[in-house]
Amino acid sequence: MISFQNVSKQYNHSNPALIDVTFKIEPKEFVSIVGRSGAGKSTLVKLLIAEEKPTRGRVIFGHYDVGKLDSKELPQLRRHIGVVFQDFRLLPTKNAYENIAFALEVSGKAQSDIEDLVHEALDLVGLSDKGQNFPHELSGGEKQRIAIARAMINRPDVVVADEPTGNLDPFNSLEIINLLTQINELGTTVILATHDKEIVNQLGKRVIVLENGRVARDEKKGRYSLA
Amino acid sequence: MVTTLYRLIKYGLQIFWRQRLLSVATMVVILLALLVFEGLIIVGVVGNTALKSIQDKIDISVYFKVNTPEDEILRVKRSLEEMAEVKEVEYISRDRALEIFRARHEEDETITQALEELDENPLSASLNVKAKNPEEYAIVASFLENIVSDELVENITYNQNQAVIDRLAAIIRVTRQIGILAALFLTIVAILVSFNTILLGIYSNRDEISVMRLVGASGMYVRGPFVVMGIIYGGITAFLSMLFTAPVVFLSAPYVRLFVPEMDLAAYYTGNVWMLFLYQLLFGIGIGVASSFIAIRRYLKT
Repeated sequence: MISFQNVSKQYNHSNPALIDVTFKIEPKEFVSIVGRSGAGKSTLVKLLIAEEKPTRGRVIFGHYDVGKLDSKELPQLRRHIGVVFQDFRLLPTKNAYENIAFALEVSGKAQSDIEDLVHEALDLVGLSDKGQNFPHELSGGEKQRIAIARAMINRPDVVVADEPTGNLDPFNSLEIINLLTQINELGTTVILATHDKEIVNQLGKRVIVLENGRVARDEKKGRYSLA
Repeated sequence: MVTTLYRLIKYGLQIFWRQRLLSVATMVVILLALLVFEGLIIVGVVGNTALKSIQDKIDISVYFKVNTPEDEILRVKRSLEEMAEVKEVEYISRDRALEIFRARHEEDETITQALEELDENPLSASLNVKAKNPEEYAIVASFLENIVSDELVENITYNQNQAVIDRLAAIIRVTRQIGILAALFLTIVAILVSFNTILLGIYSNRDEISVMRLVGASGMYVRGPFVVMGIIYGGITAFLSMLFTAPVVFLSAPYVRLFVPEMDLAAYYTGNVWMLFLYQLLFGIGIGVASSFIAIRRYLKT
């Protein structure tokens, strides 16, 4: 479903962010990508969602050769991938309901379907009473739950979470990870980029360890351990 | 398509309203630009009328000797009319000249009596020539000197007023050139200032734009709301600009008339109110839409 084939990424005049990275992710997998800050986790996520293009190698998602897509084809790809970020990235001028609905509206869904789906999603993340609140009126944990609701509203094939617990306290972190696990159990592939040791060890799922831009280890039931 | 359009308008209105401060700040700048633009149109019209009225006052007259046959005068008239530089030629016969003279001095008894005492009409026939361009009177005058013999002509006024006519012609030419340059410069300034303000507004939304892209919004969905906002900016500011200019125009109309008697500014404004509104609407919306298109293009690459 997702495959990185000998992917390298070098930003201008700096050390390479990723070097010859190769791995595959099968449908319905839950994969944690771990590593120190600067190991290349975020670059890997950016390559997958086509925010960046690889310097060498190919990133394949389903039938898309992600690095070769032009800007007009990106929306199609991104409707198959839900993304959750450390800094939530909600639209500040839209309330929680509108933030989630936006992802459906841009994909051309009918208004009647949108209302039902957004209410369902708000229910799932436990925020059905916060639909009318704007991002600045929500706590960090609530913002992240809205971001997760938005990420999965289009029923994507994969949800990518880049340090989703980075700005949250342990209680909220746990809630977010539980939500991601739930989403995975419903059949969606989840890719979690994190440096939170406890979370990774608790999950007991596949772990890909990145070190200095290279894949150092790839274990089916891995633990967080860095060299 | 209807749903998409509805959504784009909705988003545009949402951003416009929820970023009220930014919207007002942007509109103030566009409004100022529009006031400059509208001011330029009105000043242009007043200036043109003033220059035209000065230009209309310039002419040259050929006074023929009293014994010149009318056929000869009419022949000169026809030759003048065939000249490309000539706008119009008016023939004033001796009788017509007397009529005009009488009418002008109707209330002056001494002159009326003096005229009655004369057996003969003392006034000469004349041709009054207006050139298309004030700088072409020299050509017309020299042409006249060539086709009419000195024996038939009493006087050609150009020779007396040459310095004044030349100076006026130069003033008219330079004023027009400066006017066009100033208008061009101010229009460019107005466009650039409005452009930059909208660009900065969109720049402050760049994170929001990148999020829209990440959740799968196509170029149309990202650009659309900002284009809608551009249209709203243009519409509101064009309306406000008309609203603010109207009292100024009506208050200043009597003073303008003092300087340019031919210019009825209030009547011009009332007669052209929709055209002025349309120009400003096009100017405002044009800037709004064009800058949104240009500003957002760079954010649509990823």
